Amino acid sequence: MSSSAPAAVPLNPPRWRSGVLDPVLLLAVLLLAWQGVASWTSGVAVAPPLPTMAYLVGLVGTAGFWGHAGATGAAFLASFGISAAIGLALGLLLGLRRFAADVIEPVLAGFYTIPKVTLYPVVLLVFGLGAPAKVAFGVMHGLVPITLFTLGAVRSLPPVLLRTTRVLRLTPWQAAWSVLVPACLPAVVDGLRVGFALSLLGVLIGEMFASQQGLGFLLVSGLAQHNIRLATAVVVVIVTGAVFANLLIRHLGRLVTRSGMGA
Amino acid sequence: MTRRRAALLVRSAGLAGLVVLLEVLCRMGAIDALTIIPPSEMAAAMAEQLASGDVLASVRQTFLTVALALVLAVTLGTLGGALLHATPRLRRVLDPLLASYYSVPTFIFYPFLVALLGLSMAPLVALGVMSAAPAMVISTLAGLDGVPRVLFKAARVQRLGRVRTLWLVVLPAAMPRLFSGLKLAMSYALIGVIAGEFILSGSGLGYAISYAYQSFDNRAMYGLMLFVLLAAVSVNGLLYAWEGTLARRRAGG
Repeated sequence: MSSSAPAAVPLNPPRWRSGVLDPVLLLAVLLLAWQGVASWTSGVAVAPPLPTMAYLVGLVGTAGFWGHAGATGAAFLASFGISAAIGLALGLLLGLRRFAADVIEPVLAGFYTIPKVTLYPVVLLVFGLGAPAKVAFGVMHGLVPITLFTLGAVRSLPPVLLRTTRVLRLTPWQAAWSVLVPACLPAVVDGLRVGFALSLLGVLIGEMFASQQGLGFLLVSGLAQHNIRLATAVVVVIVTGAVFANLLIRHLGRLVTRSGMGA
Repeated sequence: MTRRRAALLVRSAGLAGLVVLLEVLCRMGAIDALTIIPPSEMAAAMAEQLASGDVLASVRQTFLTVALALVLAVTLGTLGGALLHATPRLRRVLDPLLASYYSVPTFIFYPFLVALLGLSMAPLVALGVMSAAPAMVISTLAGLDGVPRVLFKAARVQRLGRVRTLWLVVLPAAMPRLFSGLKLAMSYALIGVIAGEFILSGSGLGYAISYAYQSFDNRAMYGLMLFVLLAAVSVNGLLYAWEGTLARRRAGG
């Protein structure tokens, strides 16, 4: 798939040098900014980097922290898994059924842009307080982007691929697995990354509102008890986890795409 | 055209069918009124709240906050994108930040913004800008990257000055990307502001919904929800339609 990306790739000077230097530079600037905000507010709103790290080391040793992190992780994995499974299947199906896609796509796109937080009380009323509500809310956030990206990828496939699957008399399963999925993979990986970020957001918002467990709850309760270090440490955990997971998905996506092309 | 109309027809019928189904299930008692109230009552509750003027203050507050956040985000985002485009070195350094920005739920910074700026409109505007501005930066970069080089040559041949090149050549060529940035920024600002109001705030539509939920006032809650959803869908629909008009004009001219 040759994408229509503009041919405006910035100049590539010695890669090995800026490749190492740039991330270090960026990290240093971010840490300085963090320290700056903390000093400016004299630690009332945000704890400075070093004490936060020291606190974090202690926090990671406690069992309570792992209980909260585990609750968030489990809810997130469940909602991302459900979003990915349903989203991929729905996207493939709609991508192959033109008319159904014309009917449903605007509804999904509309749902994607509305502030879904306002619907959280409904989720709580339907699922009750607890983990299922968080998972459902995560799915509400993550499902739609995965479906829309997959749908878009299938629709923009060269028609010759579909005709080939018919000529080879592949069953729908074989066609999906050996032709459609590999061909759509780059766009699908993008969709998974967006879906991943949004289901995490859904789960965390669920935990910040009317919940007793999870990192979102820990963050809010840390602030409510004026335990700024705890709150800052939780944010560090969430940000680091999210960034690494994002890199991981992207890396896996690249690996799979490359092996798919080489085969 | 006929297929588009058929799709619209089926879609409307399907959505109407779902609303009727929900109404019937609620009226039959299959869904109890403590969970979901019938759609007709939601609409009635919304009409009452709007007519009595109770929610107008919240509506004004929320729309003002969103508008402020949107204007700031679009201005800062466009300027930031232009700056990054002009300085490739800076862009290379910041690229990982932009690439992973939206994997981090920006919302977790909101409690800190409240601690920093106080429980007022300011942290909500800041949250809106934080959610929306990077989308605008990314779209601006994509738009500027996408301007064909030959257009710059043409501008030089016509001896256009900098300002006129920007106005007559760059802006129109980058417009589609800028517009999709605006659409994203709109929905991110709206989502950020209302989520902030919902979790921690003393006024606005999001707060009104969470207040109604916590005082078990389902009727008020569903009325407000319906209003927020209709407002969000209409605003996004308007932007969508406007984009379509612009695209058609480009294709035509």
